Amino acid sequence: MSIFSALHRLDRRWIFLTVGLLVVVPLLTGFHIAPVRPSARAKGFYDAVQRVPEGSTVVLAGDYDPGTIAENYPMHLAAVRHLMSRNIKIIAVELYPGGPPLADRVLHIAGEEFHKQERVDYVNLGFKSGNEVVMSQMGSSIPVTFPADRSGVPVNRIPVMKGVENFGQIALLVSISAGYPGTKEWVQQVVSRYHVPMVAGVTAVSAPEYYPYLQAGQLQGLLGGMAGAAEYEVLVGHPALATRGMDAQSLAHIFIAFMILLGNLAALPQRSSTGRK
Amino acid sequence: MHVSASLGVWVAALLTLGIFSFLYKDNPAYKLCEHLFVGVSAGYYVVLTYYSVVKPNLLDPLFLGVNGHRDFLLVIPLLLGILLFSRFFPKGDWLSRWSIALILGVYPALRITGFGQGDFVEQIHGTILPLWVANDFGATVGNWILIVGLLTTLIFFFFSKEHKGALGGTARVGVYFLMVSFGASYGYTVMARISLLIGRVMFLLHDWLGVLHL
Repeated sequence: MSIFSALHRLDRRWIFLTVGLLVVVPLLTGFHIAPVRPSARAKGFYDAVQRVPEGSTVVLAGDYDPGTIAENYPMHLAAVRHLMSRNIKIIAVELYPGGPPLADRVLHIAGEEFHKQERVDYVNLGFKSGNEVVMSQMGSSIPVTFPADRSGVPVNRIPVMKGVENFGQIALLVSISAGYPGTKEWVQQVVSRYHVPMVAGVTAVSAPEYYPYLQAGQLQGLLGGMAGAAEYEVLVGHPALATRGMDAQSLAHIFIAFMILLGNLAALPQRSSTGRK
Repeated sequence: MHVSASLGVWVAALLTLGIFSFLYKDNPAYKLCEHLFVGVSAGYYVVLTYYSVVKPNLLDPLFLGVNGHRDFLLVIPLLLGILLFSRFFPKGDWLSRWSIALILGVYPALRITGFGQGDFVEQIHGTILPLWVANDFGATVGNWILIVGLLTTLIFFFFSKEHKGALGGTARVGVYFLMVSFGASYGYTVMARISLLIGRVMFLLHDWLGVLHL
């Protein structure tokens, strides 16, 4: 029995176990492969935030839920840290029902670090169902779309909302997105209509879908998955969750690439015999 | 090692392990976690939608008033919303069609205009590129690859003539570009799945067992 025929009968649970070990061991031992080097896409994200004048207001859309915390949460936290470090006011909205508690968490963590006051320097307007309708309505009036914040405080009593009527007063749209509704819809409904500069942090599985927007200049920066989040953490100067996970990620990738190669080699004799027939 | 004393963390950790147990084989613990997730998600969504949409956008402005002003026009969306529930009564279920007609009228129009402005026009605009960029060989090559990839891929999806001869050869080049894009998508998908695993492992090791210091 050759090694390749043995591979055909390999119980897939051994692969699961190996991937699990390749993730757990580097995290526990602090095994380090290589430093994280920021890509042009992550630098675009960083530079777009840097260009926003201090005291301006941005909309931060946290369109994800606990299912993609590992990818979206680190980039969400890094973005809020970056914005607050530059004294930029944040209006947070969420189009995923599971998003508001996560937005609350990142705003409160960074708010404490940078001594920012809720409703004065930032506000979480919470979840609103309606997807594209919500985005489109925000173009007419943000206070009408979100009459109160997540805690029920009317927007006319929230200092950070003073003077904010629609996207005309928004310096940048930051979309942290897990899929639909998210970055694609913000581009379609807001960027193309109101010409608001926009950056996005998205899950890796959806990232290829947004490269055309980046190439066409509709997005000024793009963070793809945990790798994108780690690059941005390095740029912000606050390596955190994503940076810590990158070594485990790299080892698992190497193993999976090796298994794909091995799988194809194992399939070769079978293919050639089929060809002979 | 500092094991969490929080009940919430223990429940989350045991549910995570219950879901992971499916990797070994299907079992009752996995089924229990799966059903809990579906039930809790549905309940959470209903309550959240009431407090974040129905109450602040409909009930409060209509019945209590905002800034001393009650918006009686909101009776129309309220009635349309109530009509949707007529589907539960076979004799009057046709009433729900009025509400559905409104949704079908507005929603596709919104999406089509968004697609037209955001994707169709802007993406065509994005492919109008110079084929020679002075002093930047990399940009020149990149622009050529983009335009050749775009045209050959479009030709692959041109089905009005049989893919033979020059047309077939060009379409074949388009297939290679598509293969590269599928490969990139698969690579990103692998990265996404491993990231999710890392997130859960970090939770188990840090929040639950306290053996990982972040």
